[in-house]
Amino acid sequence: MPASPPDTAPLLAMRGIVKRFPGVRALDGVDLEVRAGEVHCLLGQNGAGKSTLIKILSGAHQPDEGEVLLNGEPVRLATPTAAMKQGIATIYQELDLVDGLSVAENILLGHERASFGFTRRGETNRIAADLLRRLGHGEIPPATEVGRLPPAAKQIVSMARALSHDARLIVMDEPSAALAHDEVANLFRIIREITAQGVAVVYISHRLEEIREIGDRVTVLKDGRTVAVGLPATTPTGQVVSLMTGRDVEYVFPPRPAVPEERSEERPEERPEVLRVEGLTVPGVFADVSFSVRAGEIVGLAGLVGSGRSEIIEAVYGARRASGRVLLDGRAVRPGDTTRSVRLGMGLAPEERKAQALLLDQSVARNITLAGLTRYSRFGWMDRRGEAAEAARLIEALDIRPPDPRRPVKTLSGGNQQKAVLARWLVEGRRLLLLDEPTRGVDVGARAELYAVIRRLADDGVAVLLVSSEVPEVLGLADRVLVVREGRIVHEAPAVDLDEHRVLDLVMVSTNEESRVD
Amino acid sequence: MTEATPTSVAKRPFLGKIGEVPHLGLVAALVLLAIVGLATRPENFATSSNLVSILALASTIGVITVGMTFVIIGGGIDLSVGAVMALSSVWATTLATQSYGPAVMIVCALLVGTGAGLVNGFLISYGRMVPFIATLAMLVAARGLAQRMSNQRTQLVQQANNAIVELSTTRVLGLPLLVYVFALVVALGWILLNRTTFGRRTYAVGGNPEAARLAGIDVRRHTMLLYGLSGLCCGIAAVLIMARTTTGSSTHGDLYELDAIAAVIIGGTLLTGGRGTIIGSILGLLIFTVITNLFILNGLNTSDQLIAKGLIIVVAVLMQRRGALTGT
Repeated sequence: MPASPPDTAPLLAMRGIVKRFPGVRALDGVDLEVRAGEVHCLLGQNGAGKSTLIKILSGAHQPDEGEVLLNGEPVRLATPTAAMKQGIATIYQELDLVDGLSVAENILLGHERASFGFTRRGETNRIAADLLRRLGHGEIPPATEVGRLPPAAKQIVSMARALSHDARLIVMDEPSAALAHDEVANLFRIIREITAQGVAVVYISHRLEEIREIGDRVTVLKDGRTVAVGLPATTPTGQVVSLMTGRDVEYVFPPRPAVPEERSEERPEERPEVLRVEGLTVPGVFADVSFSVRAGEIVGLAGLVGSGRSEIIEAVYGARRASGRVLLDGRAVRPGDTTRSVRLGMGLAPEERKAQALLLDQSVARNITLAGLTRYSRFGWMDRRGEAAEAARLIEALDIRPPDPRRPVKTLSGGNQQKAVLARWLVEGRRLLLLDEPTRGVDVGARAELYAVIRRLADDGVAVLLVSSEVPEVLGLADRVLVVREGRIVHEAPAVDLDEHRVLDLVMVSTNEESRVD
Repeated sequence: MTEATPTSVAKRPFLGKIGEVPHLGLVAALVLLAIVGLATRPENFATSSNLVSILALASTIGVITVGMTFVIIGGGIDLSVGAVMALSSVWATTLATQSYGPAVMIVCALLVGTGAGLVNGFLISYGRMVPFIATLAMLVAARGLAQRMSNQRTQLVQQANNAIVELSTTRVLGLPLLVYVFALVVALGWILLNRTTFGRRTYAVGGNPEAARLAGIDVRRHTMLLYGLSGLCCGIAAVLIMARTTTGSSTHGDLYELDAIAAVIIGGTLLTGGRGTIIGSILGLLIFTVITNLFILNGLNTSDQLIAKGLIIVVAVLMQRRGALTGT
């Protein structure tokens, strides 16, 4: 079908890419076109499908539909090695370097120079040194162990590795996330040099001002679809943001409790303070975080991935060691002692549902009752009937489908798994629920149900602290919003006083512009 | 495990999805072995004395296997079981201990075993050592301590303390008492694993320690208790081996850890933790013991026996994998 002559064909063209995961369509018809020698930026909110798209590009995932063309020729990127052979190299956010090997060994990992199985160290080091010099970093000694290098140097090593494969296309997933300001400038210089040599770069970043600085063209993803292909990077920020946020799916949020205007001054203040956080600090992650949550209140933390929001939640829960004070109903939470936090009346629905919350092999019922084993037991003896009855009650209350308490929880859809995690904490005596990305990987219908459950909990007097990358979710669900950027709370306001643009602005402004905005 | 692979069928140990009866594959394998026994040695295999000797042989490692099942479901491994059992048996049969009589000897064996287990647990939970390494260190050290205490001599259970030996000589309904001890340990282990919060926490800690921690379970304390439990089982096994051999020796229980781990794996317990059953482990152990018995009855040498056991482990694990794959 594509009859374009090969010489004018773009270096890379992805057409109509569809990728389904159980319960979700992660990508639903994505197009991407990258020309040789350009920096092509990929934009989109969390969950828009950027990661899935680059995983397909790097051969880690296979698309269910759609085609990938390189120089006009259809290719199949069956494995990461196959993608590498086609000249596509990916530098992931968490750099995939082997700390125990030398710089040179890392650069040539997977295609080592060797004779009869013996590595040729001299040649390896020479090739590595050449590549590093090409990147303007001849000062990095090829024989050093990578584990000893600072993050910026590791990034250079990753890039040298990409070049060692004669990459024609380098995908960079948030390369600036771990870098200080002057290091970012250096990164940009290198990107300009390699693109001048004809290599194309797909650049992913949340920082819009970086994209204006380094990008040539922009593709915007939203809810798994392309909403703009190959816009010039000079497109005004406002327009880009509305492309990212304008949605076709309407979120259905439950109504906030009617706070009568005439009494609004007194009522929220009347409610007792459940959570008080004072000067919470984890060095290098977040600093001096203080806030409180009242009974029946939903407080939302808005911020980018890496802004420290999840870490704040974990520290509040006592799952992460931090300095400062966390008080629940006036009683101190002990860092590292989650058993005590649960006893005090906290509950956490963590960010990574499968890795941090669920016993995937076990039944729905056992997952629901995990946090309250003592509640369903006497002297350590399980009250199995009571447990089953409680599980059945919660499955019905949250409408978990299918309503079978004995089904392994891994067979449920994302939304129903999340309901099972919430159900775990829907027991008497819960004072505070911490919800980290409660609707990640959950389809739209189930989202509305989850929102309703969360609102119902708050109406029952539970304090809720909510983290979400999706700004509309925070604005729609929370009563009050705290904006987190680079480990600090930079803004606090009632949700009704904010809109999506304002929050995105607050969340994305870079460090050097910070002083001007606030 | 972290990938989003939806599985619709619960995995069954050994022969995969044959029927809904758990452990059917293991039982079938045992029946098959019995048929082989009847076919090759019709005059010896099905005799009561042979069956009793199979059970008596299984009892010692069986008790250890119960403890090992807990540790492995909890996501760990205990390589020190054989050595800890040896140390317990030596400590309980020193002249000093023996002078207090059989009750104190038994208590001593149980305490030494539990203590060694708790040391393992402490190193692993609070010292953040890898279970493999911590228990390997205990294996070496406990064996050495046992040699030192006994001066590498075998210590006889004195005539005055014959009550212990009676565990193997006294028979009720044709079975020596130690078989009942074994059965009791299995029953208690089953109850602990399936009917108590301790058992639930064991599955949770092994299946997803992070989820367990975030659900408010004290993972470190529980892990330590699991190794303590395994040590206690070694102490009980030490009493049984003293009864059977009338000795305490630093050479007791050599390579028991391998038999126990193999039995647990054949029984369908995941080495990565979070899934497994006591019954499966015991069936796995019986399969092992019956194979040993068949080889002895048929006068085959022990080298072939080891080869057969190795094959059994491989086949069992392959079968479980197949079950896991077809379930996907």
